[in-house]
Amino acid sequence: MLKVIKARIHQQNRTYPFPQKMPVMDPRYAGRPIIKADKCQAACQKCVDLCPTQAVSKINGKITIDLGRCLFCRECEVKCPGSAISFTNEFSMGTNSLEALKVSDESYAKLEEMGAELKRLFGRSLKLRQVSAGGCNACEADCNVLTTPTFDMARFGITFVASPRHADGLLVTGPVTQNMKQALIKAYQALPAPAIVIATGACAISGGLFKDNFETNAGIGDLIPVDLYVPGCPPNPWTILDAMLRFMGAHK
Amino acid sequence: MSYLTLKNAVPAPIKGVPTHEYKEFKAAIKELLEQECRLSSLFAVPTDSDNRIFAVMTNDKKGEIYVFATKYAKTFESLTPEIPQAHWFEREIAEIHNIKINNHPWLKPIRFMPKSGEKNFPVAGDTDYFKINGEEIHEVGVGPIHAGVIEPGHFRFQCYGEKVLHLEIELGYQHRGIERIFPKTPHNKRIKIIEAAAGDTTIGHTTAYALNIEGLAGAQISANDALVRSIALELERMANHTGDLGAMAGDVGFMPTSSYCGRIRGDILNTTGMICGNRFGRGLVKPGSSGYQIDAELKKKISDKLDLIEADVKSAIELIWQTPSVTARFDETGSVSRENAVAIGLVGVAARAAGIAVDIRMTHPFDAFKELEAVVPVGKKGDVGMRAQVRWHELQNSFKLVRDMLAKLNFEAEKSEVNDDICGKLAPDMISVALTEGWRGEISHAAITDANGNIKTYKITDPSFHNWFGLALALRDQEISDFPLCNKSFNLSYCGHDL
Repeated sequence: MLKVIKARIHQQNRTYPFPQKMPVMDPRYAGRPIIKADKCQAACQKCVDLCPTQAVSKINGKITIDLGRCLFCRECEVKCPGSAISFTNEFSMGTNSLEALKVSDESYAKLEEMGAELKRLFGRSLKLRQVSAGGCNACEADCNVLTTPTFDMARFGITFVASPRHADGLLVTGPVTQNMKQALIKAYQALPAPAIVIATGACAISGGLFKDNFETNAGIGDLIPVDLYVPGCPPNPWTILDAMLRFMGAHK
Repeated sequence: MSYLTLKNAVPAPIKGVPTHEYKEFKAAIKELLEQECRLSSLFAVPTDSDNRIFAVMTNDKKGEIYVFATKYAKTFESLTPEIPQAHWFEREIAEIHNIKINNHPWLKPIRFMPKSGEKNFPVAGDTDYFKINGEEIHEVGVGPIHAGVIEPGHFRFQCYGEKVLHLEIELGYQHRGIERIFPKTPHNKRIKIIEAAAGDTTIGHTTAYALNIEGLAGAQISANDALVRSIALELERMANHTGDLGAMAGDVGFMPTSSYCGRIRGDILNTTGMICGNRFGRGLVKPGSSGYQIDAELKKKISDKLDLIEADVKSAIELIWQTPSVTARFDETGSVSRENAVAIGLVGVAARAAGIAVDIRMTHPFDAFKELEAVVPVGKKGDVGMRAQVRWHELQNSFKLVRDMLAKLNFEAEKSEVNDDICGKLAPDMISVALTEGWRGEISHAAITDANGNIKTYKITDPSFHNWFGLALALRDQEISDFPLCNKSFNLSYCGHDL
């Protein structure tokens, strides 16, 4: 017993005072990208050709990165001869729509909070059922970590629950394998109404690396309606928590 | 008995792989098993001219890998009745290539894939299961969606009261078609797919892939690059062992260790993030290099952080062995005997806990491990308690290894260029087998190139592929309430198995 108390004193209180204080991301962390159109060389297609998930497109000379597909691997940034693309340290990247995930300059869409009725129901208590549907266990791990003392998402009323029957929504990871399609739809149907759905990670948003395989679907969007998109491969835990809090209206 | 002898990730011409008659093929596997070799992989390679099944066997004493083959037609006589290590591989071969395997004791799907050439999926999980009849026998089915934040799989328990008589594990829910698309995938995407093959083992798998490509392209990596990759591999091991020891404590209701380890695991992942910006080591390993460098400043930052983490880890994990109510639940729970572990070919932590001294870092060293001494802790009882102790010893050893490797970094050395081109310049008609020791155990990647130097077959064997059946054996005669604890003590990969 004394040893347990001694360990407790050693381990201290480590919960980060988010969102009052913003966490400092590592210098090498790749967050939200910005595109400087004037630096893009007209005849160059390197970023488009290099992207492993076709997240980068160039139409009429305008570069667009679809964060729903982006793995944040920096290949386009590193190989761009004009330094038109740079990944910033900004981790806040959640959006309400697929359209808002598309970046083509230095601005980005603000995440709107959920509607008034939903906010009345879920604003201070959000119970989520997590479903992994072909996720590689990286997104899952970064969701799990939100329950640890550093993040302690329960202090905002957010918890993962064991059954969709007890849940206010689903948090889905993975491109949705054919073998998980039915289970995912059943879990969605088992949610009491109203309910929200969060697509976490490039796979869940767009199918990511696996979008063209017949063994998988291209993310969850074709199967169930999505309310919140959290990009990344995997998203940093702060990105997930930040998106959920902004969506609940608990952090502006 | 003839076979092609390979060293880890050193390729040889594919024509050197001898093709035996079925009888000799089976006898060769049995003979090598008697010499304490292991069946690291068994896979079919159909071509226009012939169809062959390749056996990849690993000799830990000599640091050698043996490859040999036999032809097959539409049917194949099962090896499993005499060679239990083949049972899961044969189920895989039957499913992928639509081959009838005669006299396999329990031939059914492991991934629920469409038949080769077709796209219609069977219903996942819809298959025969072992059934025990009796008045007080009941069946418990769990999954594919589990209660926690975890990947999907289906577990079916045959119980007598609280006691589990048998557990049957059906996976396949995570199948994404990785091996099928791999040869057709462009180079820049291949490494990304390997990173996500088992997302919690990014470094283990990408290192195996990079070793194969470097071997086939005849490329050397710098000493610094090898060190960075191996440091990342140890950080991956440390993060997962810490997380699992915490989760095991959580599964017996001991919250102090559980809660501290959850946080410390994140600190270790963040250390990987300091090197490459990503907590899971995405982008850190590339064929021909490591994607990132550690300079003097970063070395200092990592060393300082490791000191803090080590003190925290010690304080959190030693509580396990200072708390009898925890050890009472760990000890004698979920045992796998050494005899069974050898018979089914367990690898990694689970094998070492059962008394088998296997560790690729020691027996088939790669990258920086060629110049380092990895200490391999070996247990006896093969129970949850031993798996916990093996992890704890490995974790402590990894701190030492990372410090040793940081000390070896040479900041005077010229920076090596990332050379993406090597992926397109592979030697034709070769076979290469790369082994690494991921945190779960042996990762094996076998690559075969065609006459144009393109990868024709790429066979990935995650340690989980060997070990899931070990979990089923560990549950025999256990309380069903101990399932989460036993499961966590193995903590196997679903997607690494399903691919």
